[in-house]
Amino acid sequence: MTVEELIKKELFKVVVEGDDLSREVTGIFCCDLLSIAMGRAPSDSAWVTVMGNVNTIAVATLADVACVVLAEGAQPDDMCRARAEQQGVTVLATEEPIFQAALKVHGLLHG
Amino acid sequence: MADVIALTYEISPDDFTRAGEASSDVKSKLKQVGVSPAAIRKVAIAMYEGEINMVIHAEGGKITVEISPTEIRMILADKGPGIPDVERAMQAGWSTAPDEVRSLGFGAGMGLPNMKKYTDEMNIETTLGVGTTITMVVKI
Repeated sequence: MTVEELIKKELFKVVVEGDDLSREVTGIFCCDLLSIAMGRAPSDSAWVTVMGNVNTIAVATLADVACVVLAEGAQPDDMCRARAEQQGVTVLATEEPIFQAALKVHGLLHG
Repeated sequence: MADVIALTYEISPDDFTRAGEASSDVKSKLKQVGVSPAAIRKVAIAMYEGEINMVIHAEGGKITVEISPTEIRMILADKGPGIPDVERAMQAGWSTAPDEVRSLGFGAGMGLPNMKKYTDEMNIETTLGVGTTITMVVKI
């Protein structure tokens, strides 16, 4: 499933549309501690977190995840949004808890 | 050694919003010269952790990155307080980061362990009250 296909399912709000919507989402990763996400988030995963600050985008870029999903109604701050736009990182958002958000992506990946 | 590309970055103290800029820049340069995605990821993770450490614990510092055909060498030098107990600092989960840093999602005590995990060589030279220099090498 590509990021674009994930967006089209309309499960999540689109906060920022990144610059590579054709990239494949191959897994899911859940974690709020950026240092752990940094080291463990697999590249091309959908990273589900409640951390919506500018450093989230830095970690997303460096760990090369496919997209960020902000769960629990977490709002990205302005700087986070601006950095995501600048770096071309797709950021999605949902009111659902982390587990449910991840489960939805899992359902799409593994039906 | 004619083929070595050297890059240098000044890291600003206490500026979490800019942390990661140097690592991102190195990442895009490595991509341009055709380094493998796996090696780029290792360099990006190790260097970002180092950058964050310099922002949290030292008052910024300087990072030099040398790219040769066989390896990427990162030298992170700061004039911070030094690391009193390197062995302890290397343990996963050990952290002296203040609460405000933790609220940003850092301070999990994974910085130095991640840096070691993602590099092929890592050397820490530290003197209390003088500063710390960490050299990391990723083979390509």
